[in-house]
Amino acid sequence: MTRRFLMTALLTLVFSGPAGAAEKFITLVGTTSTDNSGLYEKILPLFTAKSGIRVRVVSVGTGRAINIARNGDADVLLVHHRPSEDKFVAGGYGVKRHDVMYNDFIIVGPKNDPANIQGLKSVSDGLAQIAATKSAFVSRGDDSGTHKKELSIWRMAGIDAAKSSGQWYREAGAGMGATLNTAAAMPAYTLADRGTWLKFENRGDLRLLAENDPLLFNPYGVILIDPKRHPHVKAKMGQAFIDWITGQEGQTAIAAYRIKGRQAFFPNAKR
Amino acid sequence: MTDFTDALGAAAALVFGLDASLTEIVMLSLRVSLSAVAIAALIGLPTGALLALYRFRGRFFLVVSMNALMGLPPVVVGLIVYLLLSRAGPFGVFGLLFTPAAMIIAQVLLVTPIIAALTRQVIEDLWIEYEEQMRSLGAGPSRAMPALLWDGRFTLITAILAGFGRASAEVGAVMIVGGNIDHVTRVMTTSIALEVSKGNLALALGLGIILLVLSAGINGAAYIIQHRTKRWHA
Repeated sequence: MTRRFLMTALLTLVFSGPAGAAEKFITLVGTTSTDNSGLYEKILPLFTAKSGIRVRVVSVGTGRAINIARNGDADVLLVHHRPSEDKFVAGGYGVKRHDVMYNDFIIVGPKNDPANIQGLKSVSDGLAQIAATKSAFVSRGDDSGTHKKELSIWRMAGIDAAKSSGQWYREAGAGMGATLNTAAAMPAYTLADRGTWLKFENRGDLRLLAENDPLLFNPYGVILIDPKRHPHVKAKMGQAFIDWITGQEGQTAIAAYRIKGRQAFFPNAKR
Repeated sequence: MTDFTDALGAAAALVFGLDASLTEIVMLSLRVSLSAVAIAALIGLPTGALLALYRFRGRFFLVVSMNALMGLPPVVVGLIVYLLLSRAGPFGVFGLLFTPAAMIIAQVLLVTPIIAALTRQVIEDLWIEYEEQMRSLGAGPSRAMPALLWDGRFTLITAILAGFGRASAEVGAVMIVGGNIDHVTRVMTTSIALEVSKGNLALALGLGIILLVLSAGINGAAYIIQHRTKRWHA
């Protein structure tokens, strides 16, 4: 008796999926930083309410996001590494890149600041001091937009950090939040985007130590995957989303998003 | 220690608050893992029994590979299934990537070797014990197979539970092929990974506690069924 009941319960569970397989949706592949900051949860429902189109978000580092988009496994790409974005469009994978918003990167580190970088105007000087004092630094190490930005700053500072990998330079190979967890546990310096940092709960002894260098500018771009290359791409709905997020309503929603009272992203779409 | 008490608090708040998104996540986890285990059992039980009962060229190789595949890393399975289901891959036209179906496929690949390898061992041991007797009754391997599977059912349930444990605990494969999409492919393990990445360690651990309790519930139910029926037949 019990057995029959359990079997029925099990079979019902297995074969009764949630309804709504026919719902209208697009797949957006984007960076972990925008997702971890909580922005999507806030603004995407507004788009869905207006258009009836749901947005399925897959969050991975910029490198993998571009790879997924190139394979045609998404409809819209939203990332933050301009050179990769331009290459993606030039390669015939994307229709056009649109500005969406920006925020900035910051350097966080242990509150006792062993490399003494607090208040430095130049972030490359800051990294140089971290290297000179061999203070622990955690890198994303995952080919993400943030990782690429970090590598470009090391290059500007004239330091080959990869040579010290495994010593004071640690490559986590992880998303932004996971890397902050690692940095908080060591504790170590790391480069983070401001949105994820504002939202991040497990700070431990980490403090914001360097910011406001123009080098730390972090612009996001949105691109429709080219339906000429991947005919199954939902071009109309994808374009509707891009029009919305770069239009009046989307831009206002981005500007209105606050994390603990602070604006996390600044809209900059060209009209 | 505060993290642990916070985690218990978070788990209790989620459970007693009957959090709607938690229910959705739990149901999807169960649906994906139970479907995967059911399919894996349908494939794994007969495969294991065949390997146990028949002697043929290449059997040694198959048995060893099956045992080795028990240790297959979930991320590798995830990657393989991703490449197969990607629009750029051979099965891309079906558009299965980032759906629960993709997650079930990945978990079937993970679980089938476990069930098949353990079944092979169980049936082989039983065959050693009963071969002479069964042959004298005129039952060769083909007729012995259903009888031996039935005879070993209590041990085989444990093999299936081991498979379920693997499926419900893994995160690497479902993360890659499911994409951890809210309301679509987010399951217990991927939400735990997500909360860790947001630094919400207490909530993550709270979800972990719920996952453990669920798993204990399923194993408890299986144990009770085993014992009730055992007494029945004794």
